[in-house]
Amino acid sequence: MSQAAVHSAVEPAETPLTPDSWGKLGMWIFLAGDAVGFGTLLAAYGMMRATSGDWPNPYAVLGINLTAAMTFLLICSSVTMVKALEWLGNGDRAKAKVYLFLTALGGAIFVSLQAYEWSHLIHRGLHINGNPWGAALFGTSFFIVTGFHGLHVTGGVIYLVAMIRYVSNRPQPAASYNAVEITGLYWHFVDLVWIMVFTFMYLL
Amino acid sequence: MATAHKHPNYMAIFWYLAILTVVELGVIFMPIGKVTIGVLLCALALGKATLVAMYFMHLRFETRTLGLVAVTPLVIATLLVFVLLPDGFAVVHQTAEKKAAATEPPKH
Repeated sequence: MSQAAVHSAVEPAETPLTPDSWGKLGMWIFLAGDAVGFGTLLAAYGMMRATSGDWPNPYAVLGINLTAAMTFLLICSSVTMVKALEWLGNGDRAKAKVYLFLTALGGAIFVSLQAYEWSHLIHRGLHINGNPWGAALFGTSFFIVTGFHGLHVTGGVIYLVAMIRYVSNRPQPAASYNAVEITGLYWHFVDLVWIMVFTFMYLL
Repeated sequence: MATAHKHPNYMAIFWYLAILTVVELGVIFMPIGKVTIGVLLCALALGKATLVAMYFMHLRFETRTLGLVAVTPLVIATLLVFVLLPDGFAVVHQTAEKKAAATEPPKH
């Protein structure tokens, strides 16, 4: 009789589906939802483009030199992110914070370059409701998709700066390891989405 | 659980990503068909995304739960494309018909 009472008090048995960290699972579920959002945007982009008779050539209109550099920058910031986590795992909080800062800096430069690119394109006539090269939806989809991604990068920079403070407030490096790893998941996801956006909206 | 899993060689992944990006830029200048370029670019982008998810996001070293969560949007996105295809073909067909009607000389 007491057997059952004891069993109901303990945590549910571990199954292969029990995650190491519930926080990590939470972030993955959020990212999966976000991925569906981006997937929907890109699918809609493909649909509008395929059914349009006068879709401009993105490569010719947008130019890819600056965007290629931005892609490279985001990949670099992903590397500084994993380095921050690695240093935290090695017990060096100061180095981890430097790399977190470099990651945030990379993101900030990315958003700045995007703002520069946008103002340049707007100046040349690319607007959300029309452009000189063809289908008006080209500008609409461009600004919505890159803008949605840019907002994610901006949010990521704020998140990273907050995490520098979070690491500072915890003397034990191990105490902030899991939270920094979860931050990394978000940041790498933003990088992953940009890889897709760069391919589908600039190169294709 | 400070270092629950071993860290992969991040610099190697970085170089793979950088090289794949250069290959992508090279592909669009190659003198091959547009469809081939499109397929190549999609494959390269998927390869890069897989590298980021597997190594930077540690998916390779994670439990099955996280793998299932990560694959779900991919399945949904694939289904979405198939759901959109019929409408897409219908619109393209309509546009082509309208064009043909406009260019056809009026019947007497």
